[in-house]
Amino acid sequence: MKKGSWVQNYPGFLEKLYKFAEGVFLGLDPVWSALGYDTSEKLIKPGEDLFKTIIFDCNECGQCVLHYTGMTCPMNCPKQLRNGPCGGTRLNGHCEVHEDMKCVWVDAFERSQRMPLYGHEILDIEPIHNWRRDDESAWINMLREKDGTYEDSEPEKLELADKKFWE
Amino acid sequence: MAGNNGNGMIAGSNLEKMLRAGHFAVTGELGPPTGSKKEVIAEKAEHLKGVVDAVNVTDNQTAVARMSSISVAAMLVDMGLEPVVQMTVRDRNRLAIQADLFGAWALGARNLLCLTGDHMTFGNHPEAKGVYDMDSIQFLGMMRDMGEKGVGQSGDELEGAPTFFLGAAANPFAPPYEYRPYRLAKKVQAGAKFIQTQCIYNISRFKEYMQRAGDLGLLDDVYVMAGVTPLKSTGMAWYMANNVPGLDVPDDVVDRMRAAVSDIPKEDKKARAKAQREKGIEICAETIQQMQEIPGVCGVHIMAIEWESAVSVIAEKAGLLPRPTV
Repeated sequence: MKKGSWVQNYPGFLEKLYKFAEGVFLGLDPVWSALGYDTSEKLIKPGEDLFKTIIFDCNECGQCVLHYTGMTCPMNCPKQLRNGPCGGTRLNGHCEVHEDMKCVWVDAFERSQRMPLYGHEILDIEPIHNWRRDDESAWINMLREKDGTYEDSEPEKLELADKKFWE
Repeated sequence: MAGNNGNGMIAGSNLEKMLRAGHFAVTGELGPPTGSKKEVIAEKAEHLKGVVDAVNVTDNQTAVARMSSISVAAMLVDMGLEPVVQMTVRDRNRLAIQADLFGAWALGARNLLCLTGDHMTFGNHPEAKGVYDMDSIQFLGMMRDMGEKGVGQSGDELEGAPTFFLGAAANPFAPPYEYRPYRLAKKVQAGAKFIQTQCIYNISRFKEYMQRAGDLGLLDDVYVMAGVTPLKSTGMAWYMANNVPGLDVPDDVVDRMRAAVSDIPKEDKKARAKAQREKGIEICAETIQQMQEIPGVCGVHIMAIEWESAVSVIAEKAGLLPRPTV
């Protein structure tokens, strides 16, 4: 059952923090490349896990989609759904499996609406999960995607006639 | 229909033809037995023959182990009934799903409903490991690519690719309400050609949902079939209203069921049961008639849970019989 933290109720702050951290991390790519991604992963992973576990109750799936999902880890859903809530959400917004837990996607949607930078990404279609990425560093995997070591599918944009909700 | 190449049939199933021809389609549901008792299938199927255009065969519904949906679907094909194979991502990974569906197609199944599935904790094996290798939207995408490109999930070309008429479920009645139409949009983009909804009792909420789906431009691309379930008793109505996650049964529906027996003494259990069943059927037929008035609703999915004999009565009352042929 997810625990999360009070910081998650400031998704606007978290998405800015993410954007900043991403900039710094990608800027340091020459350093990570020089060390080799495998070595860099060993250096980064403990800190990444600690931070993400405390803030997001991270499940270490290695394919982080937090900014697509309202800075709420979808792997805390008992069905690990990455494309939105199942049909079992209770009328009070709680999970059908854990009565005391708010549905991950109720939180995710509410938070995404307070995220001007990435909020709209909650509409994107997440591709089938690659379970081999489990326990890898999602940050380093971002670089492995960039240099072509990994070729995992990217989320797909939703095409809608009416986009005004997000504009 | 956009995305359907004009008149190009996908699977050529009766359900697909019916919807494409613009007829108000009717599907029913058959729950397989919790063992190998084959006679149950023929008995239940008999109630649905000639009454519905296709029959959904549930896949371990409510996470209770039952005869597999594909084997029952194959039996229905032999009996001259068209199945809609339901498959969940709860019990199978991508290998098993593909393998079983290759077989389902070979055995004559043409309609497929791609589902997430009820969680294991609701059924008789709460200790089981859930698979959830993918979700229903990714499942649809995999099947769409199979049909359109002839490839499996790996991208490898198949020795004969099934081109199922793809369906998905939708629940307009569970939070977050505002997000639900977008989830429908995801399913449509991922390849769903028809939708069967959660049982509808809260009609005003359903209308709002359909309005929003129309605004998003989805109703030109998908056939929405409204889900209905006849209530058997006040107890069932009350239970569904209070204990089934994802269902919205407004008080006035429960009250109507209760009022049906207010004049019958408590001792006369037989008469009470009969009156409640009649009321349940009446409400259900009424709902169907209201559904026919809602823009974008192309058919109805009648889920008479362990009450298959009610389907013909409901269909008759709602004016859906005889079924047209296409």
